[in-house]
Amino acid sequence: MIKKILVANRSEIACRIIRSCKEMGIKTVAVYSEADSKALHTQLADESICIGPPPALQSYLNMEGVIKAAKDTGCDAIHPGYGFLAENSDFNKKVRDAGLIFIGPEPEPMKLLGSKVMSRVTMIDAGIPVIPGMKSSSKDINEFEKTANEMGFPVLIKASAGGGGKGMRVVKKIEELKTAVESAMRESQSAFGSDEVYLEKYIESPRHVEFQVAADNFGNVVYLFERECSIQRRHQKIIEETPSPIMDAELQKKMGETAVKVIKTANYNNLGTVEFLVDKDKNFYFLEVNARIQVEHPITEMTTGIDLVKLQVQIASGEKLPFKQKDLKQTGHAIECRIYAEDPDNNFMPSSGKILFLKVPMSPGVRYDSGIYQGAEIPVFYDPVLAKLIVWAPTREEARNKMLIALKENVILGVKTSIGFMAKCLEHEEFIKGNTFTDFIAQNMKIGTEYNSGILNKALIGAALFDNQKKKTTNNNVSVSSEMSSPWQTIGYWEICTGSTK
Amino acid sequence: MNRFKSKISTKSAAYQENREYNLGLSKLLKERYELIKQGGTPKARQKHLDRKKLLVRDRIKLLCDKDTPFLEVMPFAAWDMYDNDAPAAGVVTGVGVIKGRECMIVANDATVKGGTYYPITVKKHVRAQEIAMQHNLPCIYLVDSGGVFLPLQDGVFPDKDHFGNIFYNQARLSAAGIPQVAVVMGSCTAGGAYVPAMSDETVMVRNQATIFIGGPPLCKAATGEIVTDEELGGADVHTKISGVSDHIAQNDEHALDITRNIVENFDKQKKFDIGREEAEEPFLAPEEIYGIVPKNIRQPFDIREVIARIVDGSRIQEFKENYGMTLITCFARIMGYPVGILGNNGVIFSESSLKGAHFIELCTSRKIPLIFLQNITGFIIGKKYEHGGIARDGAKLVHAVANAQVPKFTIIVGSSNGAGNYAMCGRGYYPNLMWMWNTGIISVMGGEQAADVLATVKIKQLEASGKTLSKEEIDLIKKPILEKYEHESSPYYASARLWDDGIIDPLNTRNALALGISMALNKPIPDQKYGIFRM
Repeated sequence: MIKKILVANRSEIACRIIRSCKEMGIKTVAVYSEADSKALHTQLADESICIGPPPALQSYLNMEGVIKAAKDTGCDAIHPGYGFLAENSDFNKKVRDAGLIFIGPEPEPMKLLGSKVMSRVTMIDAGIPVIPGMKSSSKDINEFEKTANEMGFPVLIKASAGGGGKGMRVVKKIEELKTAVESAMRESQSAFGSDEVYLEKYIESPRHVEFQVAADNFGNVVYLFERECSIQRRHQKIIEETPSPIMDAELQKKMGETAVKVIKTANYNNLGTVEFLVDKDKNFYFLEVNARIQVEHPITEMTTGIDLVKLQVQIASGEKLPFKQKDLKQTGHAIECRIYAEDPDNNFMPSSGKILFLKVPMSPGVRYDSGIYQGAEIPVFYDPVLAKLIVWAPTREEARNKMLIALKENVILGVKTSIGFMAKCLEHEEFIKGNTFTDFIAQNMKIGTEYNSGILNKALIGAALFDNQKKKTTNNNVSVSSEMSSPWQTIGYWEICTGSTK
Repeated sequence: MNRFKSKISTKSAAYQENREYNLGLSKLLKERYELIKQGGTPKARQKHLDRKKLLVRDRIKLLCDKDTPFLEVMPFAAWDMYDNDAPAAGVVTGVGVIKGRECMIVANDATVKGGTYYPITVKKHVRAQEIAMQHNLPCIYLVDSGGVFLPLQDGVFPDKDHFGNIFYNQARLSAAGIPQVAVVMGSCTAGGAYVPAMSDETVMVRNQATIFIGGPPLCKAATGEIVTDEELGGADVHTKISGVSDHIAQNDEHALDITRNIVENFDKQKKFDIGREEAEEPFLAPEEIYGIVPKNIRQPFDIREVIARIVDGSRIQEFKENYGMTLITCFARIMGYPVGILGNNGVIFSESSLKGAHFIELCTSRKIPLIFLQNITGFIIGKKYEHGGIARDGAKLVHAVANAQVPKFTIIVGSSNGAGNYAMCGRGYYPNLMWMWNTGIISVMGGEQAADVLATVKIKQLEASGKTLSKEEIDLIKKPILEKYEHESSPYYASARLWDDGIIDPLNTRNALALGISMALNKPIPDQKYGIFRM
């Protein structure tokens, strides 16, 4: 049985994992970079260890440092969270070689699924539906033209080693194909060091629907239903929900069983997510497997009642899945909004700084997974996710309404956030209708609109009223001095010569 | 009050050059302070730790409430003096918060020559008591000292403000209702034994603290009695037999904990109400001061640009904006406290003197604390001005400053020369606290002027005997004078000799002033009385 886990991550997911460990009676060790010395996860864990300077390469991505920290503190397992080292099969192997448990799949399936081309080939052979396209990359323009004509336009050029939209091109006409392939190759070369690109059928207005899957070490595999994550900006999911608005029992069963087959084909164990694209006619195509806990995992937890982090730990400890497919039931509707420190009025530029004020929404069915607190510094070095706001309600419309209220209650001052922008998304009639496609933001939301300006006006009115009230007390000759704390109480630790506050 | 409109361009070459230079000064200050914080030599510190004793600054940290400021005073005492053997003069002094009460802490550093008293150490200890008296601050003495530094006894022992004055002050402070507590954490011999003996309450650490008028060696020499330290004056002896001490502690941590409990039973400090408002951070960035204060400190700069970066909301209300413009007088707030600020924008003329005296009268009658920002080479000179009575008008300002009953704080931001130092509330005018910026310089006059004066005297003497001097010979006379003035006008030279209460970085001014004003209000501000203004 695992007794002590090192959490090789930061921010909200590290806090999330630590909390589940606490419930299981497992001790935790947090790691942090010098920029995170006061971060929330370091405060929640039983122990915390600094593993290097702020840049992630020297801290959170430093495999040897993380493994050494685990050994030094007597941990028997490492939970990688998401991002950073989570899907690095070398790290996975090194952890195991060091005699520790890696909470996640075996390195082999992780490596297989990490390669888009290899996994695609494997899945085609296993009869899994994939987006029609070339089986492997090519440098022969004729082959691109041949395939494109067979599939029909529009087509999509993708980089083999790619991600994040780099090297991607949509081509609508045969005449544009050659230049597009060449520029995609150049972009891929500079971004990933490889100019391998391939062609796929371009699915117009697709939905991003993924299935949560769990597999133990004894060949038992179940799916915990879907999540729709179509609302994306710059290929980054921001609003997720479950069930998907297009889901019906038949499609759910079909996709779920396909997901299970994918997992079995890859010989995969532990928690994973099988991603699909679904087109207008409800045809679905396998995209890839995410071999880790997902950012959006809470909505599955809310609708199934299962703690997925606990489940990961149980599987990694060698336990059997505690349920079978027929035991699982999806109840009600859950939505998650990712609250980023970014400026929607300025092309979602990351915003760093200090959280000057924080008000967390609270009401039945509202969950707030966060890595921040009032006074916390948001460093510039990492992914700017501050928190995840998750709501649950019996129906989609009730959940949507609950989310809107919760978003409005959630006040974060000091850094710019996407809260206002997401509220506008949820209020949009296309969202209400369930017309959530991956191009939702491009089609429906005006970028550069001042999403926070309404709030600014209210804040100014509030400040003016407050100021006016304050003057009244002075005019009445009522001194406020006696009730005010002296600088000796408010300045905090401070040193005369250096001004140091440490 | 309206926001000050800055005319500073942060893009200008001069700004950038000043900023770089002043950041360098700031770095130097921090480095030197870190050095002082180390206390004695590594060997001495290790020996101290091996005895399971806490280092002096750790003791202070444990004594004070967590996350509260420590307003250290005179950290640079004895800097570059006594062969640099005595960092901070072997005693750390400052104001800290204990159980919510502001207290003056005087803590010997036994790692510095056994915590013995150099001449500057005595001066520092006495000054700390003076601050305590002026601000109603209970005194906590963390005693760990071998007494007088014997090689320098003539500068420590006999005079009016020497060692004996410490106990005189303790008696007077106690009489004024200001609690005196001694925590004996090491040796405390001979004269030093009166620190606990003169205190209201005393704590001793078992097997570590000793108090005796004459130690075992002296006993043996004088009477032949052979006795150990503990038997003669240990904590058990003094808490159980002699009654010299009241509380016994097992170790340093325990002693400090007991002390905190003692402080808890003091009277609550009541702040005199001067109509404080909500604090507001400066609107203009305080960091910009680095670019405003010139690299060559003798170059003029607008002191209002500095003031605006220290006060609440960068809001000031100038008084007589267009009259006597070489002295800026303005009302403002610091962390909500109303203040009257006087700052120099050039030499003082008759008009500036009258304006300053008038402004001080306004502040004293309204009980508003005064802040003096010194950048002053002196009063205007010349026939025209002497005839105009500059001495008489200057005297009015000096008279107003000397008699002002409100809390006064002085900061030397640039030059501080001649009678200008006096008119702007120099050390002789008892400002509650006085600091020097690391950009400041202080001397009776500028080095150039002093060299010129002395060279002229010399030339006249020689001319009388029929000799003339070449330019080279004159330069040779001037050179050592210039060097001497350069060396002695440094803020470190000044602060080492306790002409001020410490060197501060411009960015720390606001906090230092706010803390100072707050503690000054532990005493009521009396009604104002003046003597005769010469008209």
